[in-house]
Amino acid sequence: MSPDSTGLDAWVDVLSAVFMIVGATMSLGAAIGLLRFPDLLSRMHAATKPQVLGLFLLLASIGLQMRTLWVWPVLLVAWIFQLLTVPVSAHMVGRAGYRTKHLHRELLTSDELEAVVQKAAAKAAREDGSGDG
Amino acid sequence: MSRRRISLRQELPLLVWLVIVWGALWQDFSPGNLLFGALLSVAVARLFYLPPVELSGRFNILHAIPFALMFLAKVVMASMQLLFLAVWRGPRVKNAVVAVTLRSHQDLLVTATGHVISLIPGSLVVEVDRSTSTLYLHALNISSPQEVENLKNEVLSIEAGLIRIMGTRDELEILRTEAAA
Repeated sequence: MSPDSTGLDAWVDVLSAVFMIVGATMSLGAAIGLLRFPDLLSRMHAATKPQVLGLFLLLASIGLQMRTLWVWPVLLVAWIFQLLTVPVSAHMVGRAGYRTKHLHRELLTSDELEAVVQKAAAKAAREDGSGDG
Repeated sequence: MSRRRISLRQELPLLVWLVIVWGALWQDFSPGNLLFGALLSVAVARLFYLPPVELSGRFNILHAIPFALMFLAKVVMASMQLLFLAVWRGPRVKNAVVAVTLRSHQDLLVTATGHVISLIPGSLVVEVDRSTSTLYLHALNISSPQEVENLKNEVLSIEAGLIRIMGTRDELEILRTEAAA
């Protein structure tokens, strides 16, 4: 750290401190959501999403504190990989959770997938029946 | 088994991305390092063969920058909302599973739309019907048919934004006729 703490450096420190606190709050929000939401699918929202912003803010504060230009590309790559992988894991868990009925149906105000699933199941059952006969 | 060869032009975005990752990991963008990275990326792309992603051949940076800013703003807003929901609403939250039929039938655009929807907190893709390019979303805090409509409109507007950035000419034409109607 440079001895000059009144100028630009102070502002950079304040900005990165704010980023770190807000970013950590997002992770806290994820933890609270995991505890408080009622079923797997709504917990998935809490488990996967707030860290997208949380990680972004923490990486940005690392970038501000390191004070070298060459650390930014690697932070950006780390964030992009997070952007690419988070929806995939959320989708895989969500899909498996819906299929194995790990959800509270009484908490859904509308379900436009259920009819489609039942239709497909009925069709599969019919085809099984005709195959046997 | 013979593989369908793909042209260098089609493979170029992947190779450029690999070189950028290489440079970023070494934190060294000197020409020598980049050249070695390029050699490695060609070797990796040849050895670990993946089906090529079909690009539309256009990319509009003028639409991409506002879209990225809007995306960040939405992520911030929705993260705050999720925090609020988790603390105050908790176990009493009402959800919905909503079907949205997209305009595009390209795998890349359907994937990109699904990714953007999933990254904005409050909605995640539960199931995809590829033949009709329908996304089935699970959305948090939906308690009225009006909110279901709002969500559908939002998904379609995100898809429209992505089409303006990298959709094909046909899809742009669909957007134009929709706007005129």
